[in-house]
Amino acid sequence: MKTAVIVFPGSNCDRDIATALHEVSGVAPTMVWHADSDLPDGVGLIALPGGFSYGDYLRSGAIGARSPIMRAVTAAAERGVPVLGICNGFQVLTEAGLLPGALMRNAGLDFVCREVALTVDNAQSVFTSRYGAGEQIIIPVAHHDGNYSADAETLDRLEGEGRVAFRYAEPVNGSARNIAGVLNATGNVLGLMPHPERRIETAAHGGNDGRRMFEGLLELVGA
Amino acid sequence: MKLRIFVTLKPGVLDPQGRAIHKALGGLGFGGVNDVRAGKLIELDVADDTSDDRIDAMCRELLANTVIENYRIERV
Repeated sequence: MKTAVIVFPGSNCDRDIATALHEVSGVAPTMVWHADSDLPDGVGLIALPGGFSYGDYLRSGAIGARSPIMRAVTAAAERGVPVLGICNGFQVLTEAGLLPGALMRNAGLDFVCREVALTVDNAQSVFTSRYGAGEQIIIPVAHHDGNYSADAETLDRLEGEGRVAFRYAEPVNGSARNIAGVLNATGNVLGLMPHPERRIETAAHGGNDGRRMFEGLLELVGA
Repeated sequence: MKLRIFVTLKPGVLDPQGRAIHKALGGLGFGGVNDVRAGKLIELDVADDTSDDRIDAMCRELLANTVIENYRIERV
């Protein structure tokens, strides 16, 4: 099973996510340039990395979401291929309309760069099967625009349908209902602000709470 | 044809930047400011025969994120 990492001008976590996927699956992912129009045949997982695509011009993720490759990513998501957007990748997914809501400037206006405690809200998805429901994990965040915003009706629907995957255990950036990661209606698209790909090693290297996301995901998609 | 597109946050959407500006005005001694909302102005120069529908589509598809923002088109 092939995995693909989309690379935008200004992505800066593309090699981190590639390393995580390579380490866990034993196979190097295909790096796909944003201006390409096709994904590798038979791709089983698509990752949109963190960074600052197009320098965050206009709105974070706005220009990247209109890149040529996003038509192929949207078509793959509609076929049920798992799509994982981390940080700027989450912003791109909301801007592309693959996930609801929007990520606004952090409530404190500061760039937040530290480890945070997350609560796993939904441990049933392809992304979270190796976590326990309600489990607390430690994953770093590094963002300026992570303040998740959606209208009350959308937030109620996300909660009612179990589509909040992760919440911050305490307020980090002003996100509505402390939401850190959301799933699409069919559960195959996840966007989250924290960086699981930065926690795939051992305790001596910050911990491995992120590794389980990739282990569960790659096992389920057979990569 | 020159256009000005004003992109503003929808009412009810919290505006951290507006709040910071508000606070800074207070810090400079400018009292009596009830509220501040920050937005964007985007200036376009488009072909004279560009239809209203097409301009509106540009706003909806890229210039504004209608989840959180409203837009207003002004012909200069």
